[in-house]
Amino acid sequence: MELLIKNGYVFDPLNGINGEKMDIAVKSGKIVEKVSKKAKVIDASGMTVMPGGVDIHSHIAGGKVNSGRMLRPEDHFRDVEKKTAVTRSGVGYSIPSTFTTGYRYARMGWTTVMDPAMPPLEAKHTHEELSDIPIIDKASYPLLGDWWFVLEYLRDGRIEECARHVAWMLKATKGYAIKIVNPGGLEAWGFGRNVHSINDPIPNFCITPREIIRGLCKVNKLLHLPHTIHLHTNNLGMPGNYLTTLETMRCVEDMYDGGKPVMHITHCQFSAFKGEDWRTFDTGAEEIAEYMNAHSHVTLDMGQVIFTDTTTMTADGPFQYTLYTLTGNKWVNHDVETETSSGIVPFQYRPKSAVHATQWSIGLELALLIKDPWKIFLTTDHPNAGPFIGYPQVIAWLMSCKAREETLKKLHPKARKKSLLPTINREFSLYDIAVVTRAGQALALGLTFKGHLGVGADADIAIYNINPEKLDPSRDYEAVIKAFGCAAYTIKGGDIVVENGEVLKHVPGATLWVNVETCKPCEMEVDEGLKRRFREYWTVEYENYPVDEHYLAISRKINVKADV
Amino acid sequence: MMIVLTPIREFKVPIFAECISPEVFEGKNIVQIGQLPVYEGNREKKLQELFKIEEAKTAEGVAEPAITIQGDVSKLKYIGAGMTKGEIVINGSVGMYLGEEMKGGKITVYGNAGGWAGSAMKGGTIEIHGDAGDYLAAPYRGSTQGMSGGKIIVYGNAGVDAGAYMRKGIIKVHGNAGQFVGVGMHDGVIYVKGNCDGRAGSCMTGGTIVISGFIESILPTFTFEGLKKKVKIEESEVVEVPLYLFIGDLTENGKGKLYVSKANNPQLYYYERFL
Repeated sequence: MELLIKNGYVFDPLNGINGEKMDIAVKSGKIVEKVSKKAKVIDASGMTVMPGGVDIHSHIAGGKVNSGRMLRPEDHFRDVEKKTAVTRSGVGYSIPSTFTTGYRYARMGWTTVMDPAMPPLEAKHTHEELSDIPIIDKASYPLLGDWWFVLEYLRDGRIEECARHVAWMLKATKGYAIKIVNPGGLEAWGFGRNVHSINDPIPNFCITPREIIRGLCKVNKLLHLPHTIHLHTNNLGMPGNYLTTLETMRCVEDMYDGGKPVMHITHCQFSAFKGEDWRTFDTGAEEIAEYMNAHSHVTLDMGQVIFTDTTTMTADGPFQYTLYTLTGNKWVNHDVETETSSGIVPFQYRPKSAVHATQWSIGLELALLIKDPWKIFLTTDHPNAGPFIGYPQVIAWLMSCKAREETLKKLHPKARKKSLLPTINREFSLYDIAVVTRAGQALALGLTFKGHLGVGADADIAIYNINPEKLDPSRDYEAVIKAFGCAAYTIKGGDIVVENGEVLKHVPGATLWVNVETCKPCEMEVDEGLKRRFREYWTVEYENYPVDEHYLAISRKINVKADV
Repeated sequence: MMIVLTPIREFKVPIFAECISPEVFEGKNIVQIGQLPVYEGNREKKLQELFKIEEAKTAEGVAEPAITIQGDVSKLKYIGAGMTKGEIVINGSVGMYLGEEMKGGKITVYGNAGGWAGSAMKGGTIEIHGDAGDYLAAPYRGSTQGMSGGKIIVYGNAGVDAGAYMRKGIIKVHGNAGQFVGVGMHDGVIYVKGNCDGRAGSCMTGGTIVISGFIESILPTFTFEGLKKKVKIEESEVVEVPLYLFIGDLTENGKGKLYVSKANNPQLYYYERFL
């Protein structure tokens, strides 16, 4: 099918296009130079055209998400989606069902979403859910920071074997990147303990979180993975943790060679807390922004808080336990054998709570104080700091001082006094928004065929009802929220899937995964001793552990050649 | 004027009837009311297909806008859900979720009510002259935002989990109550005049439960506080009999008060040695 999008104001930061009026041509799912006269024409005059949105970190599938759904019937009760002629029924709110997840992302113009926490043991479940999510393309990051094999290889200094093992794990779980959550802390949590700095020894392994981070960072380089290591820091959610975050960023400084960044610190808002306890809780955004402005080896995402009732879920078992003791809410905590842990606690962010309000402020301060939008991306760590349907609201806060002031007025006075936001005048342009919601994220993920509208890219396009020549987002931020919440058109792989916020077509989306070709096979494949050990200690047999490619509804393999 | 609804036939499958609510009916004539949509099972129907709808003079003492239902509507769910004013009188039994999240007005049932009557209600009054089902005033499954205001009076018995996660308001049960009265309650008053099946006040963190009848045992996570001569239920009502007072539930660091009649519970006499 051919498609021609005419006369839109195009924002395509990866190709340096900033609001130029131009036509975009689409043929058989790709962006092309020209189309024939038979092409269907979309009149986008007076509208904003952007590449389809990319989300680097959003918990949309897997065992944890599903446990969250079961834990929270009251979350679905008020947010029911009826079926239509083309769409299936479903429920929201903070943990939407699979179909609803796909539709809601597509309605906002997002077309690629990364699920950031897959326990390898639950990879099959995760892929079953990912296959079910319609329209959007997706991928998942296996949790490898506390996996026994990795810890052992790093302890023994066998970095090349470790790299081959990680390559095998990525293939076995059909994963996309290396996810590290509270390195060492999750292993310690298996014994009721935690680690409190990146230099604390991990029980039974005699290594430190620093060695895990550096080791896996090296592995990432040896394997030439498209994304960097994706890190959830130690001490997350604890007052004073901005120091840990700074130390974590410093610990890989020497690995940067001036090219691609080497580390992504995710939902940085939760890792930028100052103060000694909850009473003296303050923002550490300024220090982190200062560091980020001076260095280029790290990228961040916001983890912006939205004031609503949501569900927190991370692989960080000890942190989730702390959250339970703070709130007294119902909770789930889980030890995933030798791999990782996890926890779920429902949570309500209230503007009248000094801590929550300061958290809200920290997220925006980070985004606004870090000068280069290519270094920090828009996320809410869905659903931890708020469900992804809050993105339009976050965009409005970034684009308009007035929108921020309106919210600041409702905050706890203590938080309002501490907030740096009144001193910041910066307002994002549509170009900046295109960077933080699509181009920057695609670049950080190494997705060469997403996040831009150059010839050869996937025809994932979002068209919004915003006329950049007429609308002043700074003043009329309500219109911005409306436009980003309800895309005029969403085009996925050349198909028009959404028109005026209504889903027109239920198309399946692909699952992306990285196939690393190593020079030597992984020891796991050839060493009978390792296989036997796996058979003896794991609940799943070695043969049943990997996820077959045919298990994915639509598999999209990204081949990478490794050094080892 | 008052709208009178009379079922045309016996209902066999559940009917979702949120539209039977004073503010929905207000300002509409009989024809418009007849066109209101309801779901009978999975089929959308009009209200007039299920009910004879008439107008009558409002009975004395009934607040307007008023609705009267004549007959058994135990298959109808969500009657009076979210209502803020007016009055509904039901001469017969009624189904689940009666007056769910209502904020004001009054519902009177001369018959029995199904489960979740007054679920998470915020204000107003519900009077049930027969029995109430399980989960009286309890919030939806999984939620801890229970009843936060208003008053429920049951002249018959109540099922299990009455007043679960209650935060404010009064529940009075003249008959007996099932297990787990006031489970997880934070505040408010529950008064059971009859007997109680046990596990009263489990997981409560605050509030008051008064049991005038028999309860076999008190949960071991409650401490014995002493003997009291009377307890106040509301402004106009004080129970003046000797009562044992227990504080709990300690598993939740709770400070809820559980009063139990001394006269009807001789099996609890051994607590007095702690005095």
